[in-house]
Amino acid sequence: MKVWALHLALIIALAVALAVLPPYPATTLARILVLAVFAMGYNLAFGYTGLLSLGHALFLAAGVFAAGLSAQFWGLSAGPALLLGVAAGGLVAAAVGLLALRTAGVSFMIVTLMFAQAGYLTVLYFGTITGGDEGFNLPAASRTVFGFDLSTDTPRFVAALVLFAVGLLASLALVRSSFGRSMVAMRENEERSRMLGINPFAVKLAALVLSGLYAGAAGAAYALLFGYAGANFATIQYSILPMLYVLLGGAGTTIGPFLGALLMFGLIEVTSRMARLWPVLEGMDYFLIGAALVVLVLFAPRGILGTLRERGLKWLP
Amino acid sequence: MAALIETRDLTLHFGGLRAVDGVDFTLNAGEIHALIGPNGAGKTTFVSLLSGRRLPQSGAILLNGEDITRLPAHLRVRKGIAYTFQITSIFPRLSVFDNVALAVQSCGAKGLAAQTRAALARVGLVGLEEQEAQTLSYGHQRLLELAMGLALKPRLLILDEPTQGLAASEIEGFKALVQSLVPETTVLLIEHNMDVVMDIATRITVLNFGQVLASGTPEAIRANPAVQEAYLGA
Repeated sequence: MKVWALHLALIIALAVALAVLPPYPATTLARILVLAVFAMGYNLAFGYTGLLSLGHALFLAAGVFAAGLSAQFWGLSAGPALLLGVAAGGLVAAAVGLLALRTAGVSFMIVTLMFAQAGYLTVLYFGTITGGDEGFNLPAASRTVFGFDLSTDTPRFVAALVLFAVGLLASLALVRSSFGRSMVAMRENEERSRMLGINPFAVKLAALVLSGLYAGAAGAAYALLFGYAGANFATIQYSILPMLYVLLGGAGTTIGPFLGALLMFGLIEVTSRMARLWPVLEGMDYFLIGAALVVLVLFAPRGILGTLRERGLKWLP
Repeated sequence: MAALIETRDLTLHFGGLRAVDGVDFTLNAGEIHALIGPNGAGKTTFVSLLSGRRLPQSGAILLNGEDITRLPAHLRVRKGIAYTFQITSIFPRLSVFDNVALAVQSCGAKGLAAQTRAALARVGLVGLEEQEAQTLSYGHQRLLELAMGLALKPRLLILDEPTQGLAASEIEGFKALVQSLVPETTVLLIEHNMDVVMDIATRITVLNFGQVLASGTPEAIRANPAVQEAYLGA
């Protein structure tokens, strides 16, 4: 009960924040919510199942381009384009998983990284369709859902919040289910799981596909809400970001991905403001973020919520 | 008695080491069968072949007459072959409840909580459900390992040195527990504690250098001169 109440309270607090914040910070919060969905998906694979992927940019980009291209060329509206993005994320994750899950650990990292780089190069290669480095703006007509224009503030915030809420509650239900227990068993002791009648390959593949569905949803939503699709979503940066969010907030906690995304955005905001005040810090924002992450890994390797859970809040999911 | 498990000419060599070397073995349904032999005789490797953790180079394994030689381990578990590890292998950071629930849910999730508690009650780990498994004492971790095996409702339960590291009082409880399992469950036991073997085993097979040296009742094994020379050191 306490657990569901906590998650609902977070969703309500976010709704209030979106309603009362001025447009610019509210738009930033909407971005954070969409990227938090991506990070929640990453967390299902990495935080719960123990699959350290460096290729999630590929699943995100699958969502971005499935939604973006179908809007661009087929004139799909936001609803179907989003569904197509979700499906694309899941399908690409399934295809990658079938091959990459034959490996584990460091090899898995490298194989997923290779797939993602191949995906990035593919996007560039078909630049005439995908817009290559420059990307393309989505047609305004496609950015509507149920008659609401997603390029205006209120529908955009509501859509971001709904997507986040569905993602959060679904991941909570998932990790508290029997399947969630099997996912954690992969992370903790795969060999023992096998001898309990669990098929590790099937569990890991399913977890990766779920993770891909989240990434696809986030990618499609990002394209539709902010009106842009481009190759930058397929770069390694977008494989690293969800990992950082998850590590910062707490791997294997349901709210950690959101908290990590929020704090990382905040950290970037603070450092860039400091750079404006003290020009000597110009261009050092990434250095400061790096320093903050080193401190985190040294003193709270389980992330913020992971550390809180260790220090007494054992009920945190 | 019907054979639950039969192996024919089962072989696994590691380079020059003949860990399991042409073993013909029969396990009858409902018995407590002890597998003994000196260190390095191939006991653990042999049961790894039965459970599917390793695949043999040649030979066959039959479960109730069905060839399972190449069947993946997790499917053998679902056919009723459960294996408990020699070196305790639990999920240290999960709760005691979750450890056993993982076993229960792999054979269908109906009545998950009740079945989990029943398996824990059977080994006497009541009231520790919410505790993290790594905080249990070693003896309790061995019992948890056993509860995970029992929760699979196996037809064959393979116990690899289950009494290792247990106190004398815990061993008495363990013997009673194992004897309460048969004949519904057949037990194959690797055990170094000869008192335990002689007390509860209905049949004994002696392995030496990967081969079957002798097989028979405890009395016959005790009286066997080859066994005495190789192992019992009488």
